[in-house]
Amino acid sequence: MNIVVCIKQVPDTETVIKIAGDGKSIETDDIKWVMNPYDEFGVEEALVIAKEKGGEVTVVGAGPDRVVESLRTALAMGADKAIHIQDEDLYGADPVYVAKLLAKAIEPLGADLIFLGQRAVDDDSGVVGSALAEFLDLPQMSVITSVELGEGSVKVERPVEGQTLVLEGSLPAVVTAQKGLNEPRYASLPGIMKAKKKPLETMTPADLGLERADNLEIIAINPPPERAAGRIIEGETPQELAANLAKALKEEAKVI
Amino acid sequence: MAGVWIIAEQRDGDFRKITFEAASAAKKVADEVGGEVTALVLGSGMGDKCAELGKYGVAKVLCVDDASLADYTTDAYANAAAALIKDGAPDVVLLGASMQGKDLGGRLAAKLDTGIAVDCTALAVTDGKLVATRPMYAGKVYADVVVNGSPQIASLRPNVFDVVEVGGEAAVEAASVDLGEIKAAVVDKLVAEEGKIDLTEANIIVSGGRGVKEAENFDIIEELAGKLGAAVGASRSAVDAGWRPHTDQVGQTGKVVTPNLYVACGISGAIQHLAGMGSSKVIVAINKDADAPIHSKADFCVVGDLFDVVPELSKEVDK
Repeated sequence: MNIVVCIKQVPDTETVIKIAGDGKSIETDDIKWVMNPYDEFGVEEALVIAKEKGGEVTVVGAGPDRVVESLRTALAMGADKAIHIQDEDLYGADPVYVAKLLAKAIEPLGADLIFLGQRAVDDDSGVVGSALAEFLDLPQMSVITSVELGEGSVKVERPVEGQTLVLEGSLPAVVTAQKGLNEPRYASLPGIMKAKKKPLETMTPADLGLERADNLEIIAINPPPERAAGRIIEGETPQELAANLAKALKEEAKVI
Repeated sequence: MAGVWIIAEQRDGDFRKITFEAASAAKKVADEVGGEVTALVLGSGMGDKCAELGKYGVAKVLCVDDASLADYTTDAYANAAAALIKDGAPDVVLLGASMQGKDLGGRLAAKLDTGIAVDCTALAVTDGKLVATRPMYAGKVYADVVVNGSPQIASLRPNVFDVVEVGGEAAVEAASVDLGEIKAAVVDKLVAEEGKIDLTEANIIVSGGRGVKEAENFDIIEELAGKLGAAVGASRSAVDAGWRPHTDQVGQTGKVVTPNLYVACGISGAIQHLAGMGSSKVIVAINKDADAPIHSKADFCVVGDLFDVVPELSKEVDK
């Protein structure tokens, strides 16, 4: 079983996002960069499957040099090798273009199963997985919480609004991981030591025969709409507090 | 002008509300860029229901009727939509940023070699081009984006765009198209708890956090939610503690929600949580710590113990 996991490096979710001077990107100076939390579920699942079925786990990440740290994290967790698509200016690129890059790098690997996180917690698009599946001409199963392998097929659970769908698809396939799939392991110290010696291949978009072509362009980034200052509900007792709150919600806000 | 298309969404033969939201939004866009609204309906036996989309501003419906379209599959839906869109060459294509639309949108954009703005919360037209506003970093910032490919595809966050009835019936035309090979499909449906309302579609959400202290104590949150017809949400701490299922988590690594009313009980308001619920229309914070960050986001702040206030609030709702 040949498994590929695509990982993205994103700002830690604790990060306070500041808008850069150009008004259409973010300040990246003080950011702690981490592996996208949803991608960790993909790495974990790949490691579990590879252990059970045998085979190799390759992690692929695109972006500037700092992305190597996240690739090393995945290697320390137990992945066998890594591919870094090196592009200093990739952060904020059109996810469809990023999917094209990944597809070119993954195509020669002969993967049976490709994992991604269901979305990256920075641009929140969730586009790369399905665009990648299209470029590789493979079935996709997105936002899934369980994976069960059959003979040449894979069965997954996909929670949607009000129900959980059980999907079955043929292999190879692209699967995007949702919280609930597993509990990702931490890298162990021996794992971290071993990771330093594991193969990490670097390539550029030019090596993959691609030139940057974004169809999605950010023209402005703004702070969220200001909320009007809140009001403290008065009351001496819980009953009074509740009564005054209910009154405000019924008569003032008219939401209940 | 080839106008604005929407991809309708149906489940078990009924249109979902996001379809009407998308139609209403599309009508507004079409009024500015020119042309009419066309709805693409993919399903089985949907023919009789298509004309009603006229009520929301749809002029024409292209209906593909096929037994294998009854349930959504990425392959058949993306193949059908891509073929018809290539043929009709609309300027703009809108769909829902529902679970289905999120699965379909990226695939469609890749098939058509264009871009997609996902999970948009506002649409505008500038110089004849669609400018979509979408939250990033779970709502810590909002980006204005344009799609430079053709068509310009945008998916709309459910519950954000108003449904506007303009009356009339749509002209319905049957379309046939090659659905291609279906490589992944639904083999079973596990129905969630009877009557459970999904967070992303809820008008009201009552959420509990670390302050709820244990799983059993969610009873009082459930009770209030029941009285309000609300969905129950949870902070990451409550989910990680095992008190609530992952599907209930609101925040940057959970669901981003936009209900009319969000009641946060015993939630301190970590930055990731505030991002996930900060665009709710009205926010109530019930937290005994007056300095909890959640109070700074709330429209109505109750500084009090949730174990005292929430049961009282349940009683008040009945009055």
